[in-house]
Amino acid sequence: MLPEQDLTAIVLTIKLAAVTTVILLAIGTPLAWWLAHTRNRGKALFEAIVALPLVLPPTVLGFYLLLAFSPTSPFGQFWLGATGTPLAFSFSALVIGSVLYSLPFVIQPLQTSFEQLPKKLFEAASTMGASFKDQFISLVLPQCKRSFITAASLGFAHTIGEFGVVLMIGGNIPGETQVLSISLYDKVESLQYSEAHWLAGGLVIFSLLLLAFIYSLKRGDAKSTRVGLL
Amino acid sequence: MSLSIKLKLERENFSLAIDTVLEAKGFTAVYGPSGAGKTTLLRWIAGLEPATQGELSFQQTVWQDKEKTLPPQQRQIGYVFQEPRLFPHLTVEGNLNYAYQRRFNNNGPSLNQVCEWLEIKHLLMQGSEQLSGGEQQRVAIARALLSSPQLILMDEPLASLDKPSKQRIIKHLQTLQANMATPILYVSHDFEEVSQLADQLLLIDQGKITAQGPLLELSHRIDLPLSHEENAASIIDATIEQHDRSNHLTELLIDNHLSLWITAIEGREDEPVRIRIPARDVSINLERAEHSSILNILPATIAEIEQSDSSARVLIKLKVAHQYILVRLTHKSVTRLELTVGQQVYAQIKTVALLTDQREH
Repeated sequence: MLPEQDLTAIVLTIKLAAVTTVILLAIGTPLAWWLAHTRNRGKALFEAIVALPLVLPPTVLGFYLLLAFSPTSPFGQFWLGATGTPLAFSFSALVIGSVLYSLPFVIQPLQTSFEQLPKKLFEAASTMGASFKDQFISLVLPQCKRSFITAASLGFAHTIGEFGVVLMIGGNIPGETQVLSISLYDKVESLQYSEAHWLAGGLVIFSLLLLAFIYSLKRGDAKSTRVGLL
Repeated sequence: MSLSIKLKLERENFSLAIDTVLEAKGFTAVYGPSGAGKTTLLRWIAGLEPATQGELSFQQTVWQDKEKTLPPQQRQIGYVFQEPRLFPHLTVEGNLNYAYQRRFNNNGPSLNQVCEWLEIKHLLMQGSEQLSGGEQQRVAIARALLSSPQLILMDEPLASLDKPSKQRIIKHLQTLQANMATPILYVSHDFEEVSQLADQLLLIDQGKITAQGPLLELSHRIDLPLSHEENAASIIDATIEQHDRSNHLTELLIDNHLSLWITAIEGREDEPVRIRIPARDVSINLERAEHSSILNILPATIAEIEQSDSSARVLIKLKVAHQYILVRLTHKSVTRLELTVGQQVYAQIKTVALLTDQREH
């Protein structure tokens, strides 16, 4: 079946996608909430920034990240000083790149569902003594449950499918930065088509199953999901 | 207990200037035409208009002053909105429990009690969106009660309901009043609703208080807009004297000696009731009509005649025993009968409606 190197790549990819998804939900939820409720005039600009990875070639993002991660850049120096290891070509670099690259896929479904929450219900809850935190847990989470699942699934799937950014900033170090898509690229380059089939076919099936799951959620709650992004 | 209000709000085409102390006791209705500022006032009292400046305190607690504004969740209130605002992802029981789990103290009614008062026990397992408008509003009222609030605010909770549902909820609200000491502040522009429920009235027009006091007193004041409405009516306290089962009538006594017949009602002897007599359904006779089809003819004294009215109609206030009845006549009749203040006349009353049958006054 699969050689050990491929298994390592698969495990690394899943680890990257999982870490990225957790961070995305942690950052994306407050950011989406802010975007849904702010009356700041700069809102459109913020939305555009968040949506940039949707239109830019991943290599553009990768190029700028590569510059930022280099030990000579201020950010790279700061990282080196804080952690003692250089950022470029590390797993951490992949996580940062993936978070930025998949951000719109998490923000947009959340923002849409936050915008559709009726404000009136929160007024009612506050008169019943519910604090903001309480309201978020007791009203927002259950009513936006499907959007959270959609956002997490899209963020996860999109990170798995990522290639350009990883190629630019990650390099090809097995166990550290060699993810599935890179490994597949290697196989094709070296004409190992049968191994490439395993990886490519596996990705197709995995993605298909995940998307079918997301669309089945969408049917249950048409209002709060926007899978149209894909 | 009291609610002290100092509110000044200027917006484009709209201003609100309310400075008063409300006795937070029983049922106080904030009454006035649409656009008078009633809803804004109520929302501000609840803390839902935090940007609006003013001073507000309930009993000894400051809810808002120049330095700080207490958020709604710390005011220990119950709020019933015009729309029910039930949480769609919860069942009726879930909605009720939401309030009950967060209740402000343990002195309030239990879930069972509240369900009984509002007759919603059979709805508990249903989703909130399956209910009719009237049912949803009953659940919303129950939910507000389950918070064990110190003050209940209601913003036209019956405005979007049909007449039968409305009447049913009015009955429920009367039950609540009989069973609970929590003060209620109730906004409405429907005088019939208000007259069935309120003890105290706060009249508001164009953002200002026009009058404040007991409903019975204000309802017959000729100088107030209340008595000039199309369906203006007098409100009278009476007691049940006897039931005439064969004719399906009940005899009431006004101030223990004037008898008044109405269509049969339930109630034991001497039970106090409140009745409503529409001003347009009363006429004046100079002598007691002996051969009239009208059952209720009461001796009365003219207490006040509205002066300087350019319309065809004149409002007259009659003193009947120790209470007052409003009569609306044409200018022509007043001139023809040469009616003057102090004159002894007879009031012929065509219709009498019962307002309450459960309350003790």
